[in-house]
Amino acid sequence: MLSRTAASLFWFSRYVERADYLARVLEAAMRLSSLPIRREDAENEWASALATAGCLDDFTALYDRVSPAKVTRFLAFSKRNPTSIRNCLRIARRNARQVRTALTAEMWDTINSAWLELQKLDFDNMDVSAMARFLEWVKEVSLRIDGSGYRTMLRNDAYWFARLGIFLERADNTARILDVKYHVLLPENVEVGGGLDYSQWAAILRAVSALTAYHHVYHESLKPLRIADLMLLNAKMPRSLASCYGAICANLDSLAEAYGKQGEAQRLARGMRNRLENCRIEQIFESGLHEFCETAIKDNSHLGAVISEQYLV
Amino acid sequence: MSLDEMNAEDGSIRRPYARVAEWLTTVSSEQLERRRVEAELFYRRGGITFAVYGDAQGEERIIPYDIIPRILSTQEWAKLSMGLEQRVKALNAYLRDIYGPQEILKAGIVPPDLVWRNPAFRPEMCGIEAPHGVHIHIAGVDVVRVDAENFYVLEDNARTPSGVSYMLGGREISIRLMPELFRSHRVAPVENYPNELLATLQSVAPRGANGEPTIALLTPGQYNSAFYEHSFLADAMGVELVEGYDLFVRDDMVFMRTTEGPKRVDVIYRRIDDDFIDPLVFRPDSALGVPGLYGAYAAGNVTIANAMGTGAADDKVIYTFVPDFVRFYLGEEPILKNVDTWRCRDAADLRYVLDHLNELVVKEVHGSGGYGMLVGPHATKQECADFAERLKAHPDNYVAQPTLALSTCPTFVSNGVAPRHVDLRPFVLTGADGVRIVPGGLTRVALREGSLVVNSSQGGGTKDTWVIEC
Repeated sequence: MLSRTAASLFWFSRYVERADYLARVLEAAMRLSSLPIRREDAENEWASALATAGCLDDFTALYDRVSPAKVTRFLAFSKRNPTSIRNCLRIARRNARQVRTALTAEMWDTINSAWLELQKLDFDNMDVSAMARFLEWVKEVSLRIDGSGYRTMLRNDAYWFARLGIFLERADNTARILDVKYHVLLPENVEVGGGLDYSQWAAILRAVSALTAYHHVYHESLKPLRIADLMLLNAKMPRSLASCYGAICANLDSLAEAYGKQGEAQRLARGMRNRLENCRIEQIFESGLHEFCETAIKDNSHLGAVISEQYLV
Repeated sequence: MSLDEMNAEDGSIRRPYARVAEWLTTVSSEQLERRRVEAELFYRRGGITFAVYGDAQGEERIIPYDIIPRILSTQEWAKLSMGLEQRVKALNAYLRDIYGPQEILKAGIVPPDLVWRNPAFRPEMCGIEAPHGVHIHIAGVDVVRVDAENFYVLEDNARTPSGVSYMLGGREISIRLMPELFRSHRVAPVENYPNELLATLQSVAPRGANGEPTIALLTPGQYNSAFYEHSFLADAMGVELVEGYDLFVRDDMVFMRTTEGPKRVDVIYRRIDDDFIDPLVFRPDSALGVPGLYGAYAAGNVTIANAMGTGAADDKVIYTFVPDFVRFYLGEEPILKNVDTWRCRDAADLRYVLDHLNELVVKEVHGSGGYGMLVGPHATKQECADFAERLKAHPDNYVAQPTLALSTCPTFVSNGVAPRHVDLRPFVLTGADGVRIVPGGLTRVALREGSLVVNSSQGGGTKDTWVIEC
């Protein structure tokens, strides 16, 4: 397969996954900001939404103040934000068009229809409920693309590169949420029984669609340690770092087997998976949750560069 | 006036259209409109689009599709296809000649300056033998009818002719949206075009290529107006769709970058222009091409289809000599006619053209896509005057033809079914093992009433073309 084709499949998936993630982050922020909290706290919520999306700097370069409307607009559909949801879907579609023959008709149809739908939306006159519908729609699009890929693609290198993109992006997203929100999980900030804390924690879980999963796994009320455990180390949770790395390794192994050659990417990914497997959440808290997340983000982007070097250029 | 392909002058229905005429009396405008909308949806959803250069808002547009088929009888087609084969053979012979022994110049048939000063002539190709002697592997020859008997060639496209995906897309729509009408005719198939193209490309692989040759389709990328077609053809043939960056040349051999390392390429079906194909030899600022590709070709290690420099055979002045090529190289009389053409480079012709500007169509010798031309009868006095100045300043740049009364076909327009002017672009494939032409081609239709300009960039549409036994 052409390296460029592999690259387009990989980035196609990454951008769809990122659009999905941004929709969740926005939903969580909208929900939190509707609670009775102080204005500074509300502003913080929106600022941290920008930070989890990795575009706080881009935003502050353009605007002086953080306001709900501005952040929402910026993350959802601003043309000036290179990774707004709208731009993510646009770039995903561009990548898909580049390799449309490597996609199944169902996948192409889904992304192309979504892109056509996007042209019709009236972004300038979108009230809160229209925005909620839009975010819901974005998640549906990503589900349809994910599902149509899963159901219709041949299990060959095209599929594995597409899947790699999803899981690498997802690992990055999960690590980022924790990196921005780690402070609300730290012991010194925990006021027992604070309803606001509960909302904060729930919001983190919602952003990775794991609130219900939490209760199923731990059978107890929300506790910071458990939340971090679920998101980092629990291999059953499909958005946990451990689970993402399991999938990254599996797809890299399939490629190595098909091509008859292991490489740096395989070794690196395996190393990270093993570290996550052999780690306990208490240790992570002791040595610093923030540092752990920072390292995870850095390692993850390094792995992306190595995959690119090995296959995509 | 002009030939209507359905309604004969005496009021009868011409035979190929017997069933379509009957069908048209049974369908309502609403039904036709519904099918038109469905056809548009098929194109839109499939992303079967084209881009118009210099059009900021329409990044991707679809070409209007008219669902009423254009029909030729097998007899009409047999004659046309013989003529096409003959013509493309002569064009290939001409290119072999001017990049080789140049006998036609010695014979005094073509003025030498028309070869040497032709910007599409590539001196770099002189003395290089094209693999298997084929320069033009894929030709699109635009033909028109003005009467029931004759086809006239309007233009030869010997560089990177496009449109074949619309021929195939149109057929797909006919079969899907009008199954009853389609089945009631015995329509010769065109669906095998990608197969024929693949066989053609395989046949011209360099003699040194071992085993099954590796073929790649080289595209300028997704912002090119014909990108859909490139990706469609690559897919249908099962070959890689590559951009310049995906290829590299080492030791005069071409490789593609794959996830498993470099892979040797034997035949490149390129859809980028000569100018951009190799920055080391042609335009140095080209980022679309592959440095060293020319060297690999000259070394005989890769076949490029079409070969570089084929534009020397298809401009609008050389066109006037093609019937002579047929006689000179093949010793035959041309089956297809040329449209009478005045070469403005000749003083007498120029004088005639200037005197009759309001009756003629004046075209740029190296223009294409319907740009830069004057349609005399439709131009204002001022436009004619302006054009006359340009003509006098650069007579070499222009040729003129009478405004032909192009044939018309029934076409569905806003106020029902009405005749509209059409042309036809059949695609002629030439391999080491002979010529292949699928029966039919792309019919282009000028959707505006009275308009003779069928180019998609100028508001033309397309029709499916049926060759039927009748």
